[in-house]
Amino acid sequence: MARHITTQRKILVTGGAWLAAFIIFFPVLWMFLTSFKSELDAFSQPPSFLFFEWTTENYATVLERSDYFRFALNSVWLSLGSTALGLLVAVPAAWGMAFSPTKHTRGTLLWMLSTKMMPPVGVLIPIYLIFRDWGLLDTRFGLICILFLMNLPIIIWMLYTYFKDIPMDILEAARMDGATLGKEILYVLMPMAIPGIASTVLLNIILSWNEAFWTLNLTTIDAAPLTAFIASYSSPEGLFWAKLSAASTMAIAPIIILGWFSQKQLVRGLTFGAVK
Amino acid sequence: MGRIVLEKVSKYFGDVLVIPSIDLEVEDGDFVVFVGPSGCGKSTLLRLIAGLEDTSGGRILIDDVDVVAEPPAKRGLSMVFQSYALYPHMTVRNNIAFGLKMAGMDKASIDKKVNHAAKILDLGSYIDRRPGQLSGGQRQRVAIGRAIVREPKAFLFDEPLSNLDAALRVQMRLEISDLHNELKTTMIYVTHDQVEAMTLADKIVVLNAGNVEQFGSPLDLYNSPRNKFVAGFIGSPKMNFIEGKHAEKYKVPTVGIRPEHLGINTKQSVGAWIAKVGIAEHLGSDTFLYVDAEDIGQLTVRVSGELNVSHGDIVYLTPDETRLHRFDGDGMTITAAK
Repeated sequence: MARHITTQRKILVTGGAWLAAFIIFFPVLWMFLTSFKSELDAFSQPPSFLFFEWTTENYATVLERSDYFRFALNSVWLSLGSTALGLLVAVPAAWGMAFSPTKHTRGTLLWMLSTKMMPPVGVLIPIYLIFRDWGLLDTRFGLICILFLMNLPIIIWMLYTYFKDIPMDILEAARMDGATLGKEILYVLMPMAIPGIASTVLLNIILSWNEAFWTLNLTTIDAAPLTAFIASYSSPEGLFWAKLSAASTMAIAPIIILGWFSQKQLVRGLTFGAVK
Repeated sequence: MGRIVLEKVSKYFGDVLVIPSIDLEVEDGDFVVFVGPSGCGKSTLLRLIAGLEDTSGGRILIDDVDVVAEPPAKRGLSMVFQSYALYPHMTVRNNIAFGLKMAGMDKASIDKKVNHAAKILDLGSYIDRRPGQLSGGQRQRVAIGRAIVREPKAFLFDEPLSNLDAALRVQMRLEISDLHNELKTTMIYVTHDQVEAMTLADKIVVLNAGNVEQFGSPLDLYNSPRNKFVAGFIGSPKMNFIEGKHAEKYKVPTVGIRPEHLGINTKQSVGAWIAKVGIAEHLGSDTFLYVDAEDIGQLTVRVSGELNVSHGDIVYLTPDETRLHRFDGDGMTITAAK
């Protein structure tokens, strides 16, 4: 028997879902609204929601005061660089763990995840010293390396999960067809795992884009990404809520747009019809 | 050419010995079927020949060359998988062409070969579709096409028909048989279905727990099974095994008689086994009776044509003495003293 759902129940559940979504989205919305307020309106009590004097002066000031595009370019470099490097290492690693597991595979996966349980600040000093001695401080290369290493366990885990769902038979068929290991991965495994790889790439870009701890601690000017750009508006001399919001909105806009346009690709299943 | 010889091939999975030691010779052009219950090692054996698993010991010779150290592609074999294992992101044409592309063949030759295979297998109308848009039978044809174009020394089939429905299975069985007659290439075919084995094979290898129980032509196996296992596995319905009083009459611990070799009579006859009909299956062409025989137990009887008996009737059974199989205490066949 099909499950019966009453109309009231449907309305209640739908309303609940919208409410939950709104609560999650609210801080972003509030930041967006604040970015169009004057500094005075931004502080006003009670806060005004929509009925204030809309202004774009914050954006003008922010763009005037600091070079947004240089920070943005650094963010692009860091997120794409660390993701590319991550894929290069994670695809073979996940392939190995998914298709020729040993009795240590499980343990290796858990160990990798456990490294994410350690607070990054715990290794800040040694890493800072290494960076200083190797001349990596405030370099894009140094940051790409650190972000790549920080996110590697997550990339491997995600790819491993996707690869495991790919039937071994198909890879074996490629082997029988004479594909070398590289060609098997490139022509058979990767195309079949595209939805998985796409969502892994997207997640990693978002994580790297928003990463603040390492980017703030290991950069000053040259390699500073948008997180540092935002942080520069929360200074000890006093907070400028409206300008901070404008800077934040500009910092997250690219990543939100990217996420919006790629969500369709993320849910597409490609392995349909391969087996049975 | 496609002569495949196994010499003392063994396989461990971890500490588990799945194939102790197998010797086997498959002649060029033979259609050999590996048959056995699930877990008997038949698929493993096929994968060892294919090179998808490494042997733990022994040699595998293809045309007198030891290929144990060679990767699958270098062995010159093609395999058809149970799950078809088509590349879901490629069209039928690219699926078939993939192996040729990997071999670095030029485009014109690839097209020629793919079109030829498509013609043999009647794939023309869906050559540009993807596997997801095909039915099970069509997918299996594509998988066979992919195997054919590489012109292998031998074809390996791993239960290729078990995902198909019954009618399609019979049809594909005939097609595979036709294909063998046409190509005359060595084929090794794994199945757990003894009807497939009997109908397709030139020779059958009956496997049990990683050992070859018997290797011979289908009728050899049917008429002279080497032991109780083969006797029980080959033939449908299964052979009846009789122990106790009625076996002692033949001075052996166990005798076997196939359901089709039991004479049946509804009137009392001297020396016959008395049995009560449990279930009668009327198929039209045959009648299968599952009876409970006095001092013996459950027996299956196959009668050609129609027979008017039903549940609860008493029947009298006489075994055809010339078709009786005698087994010793270890289950080995005792050949009649001449």
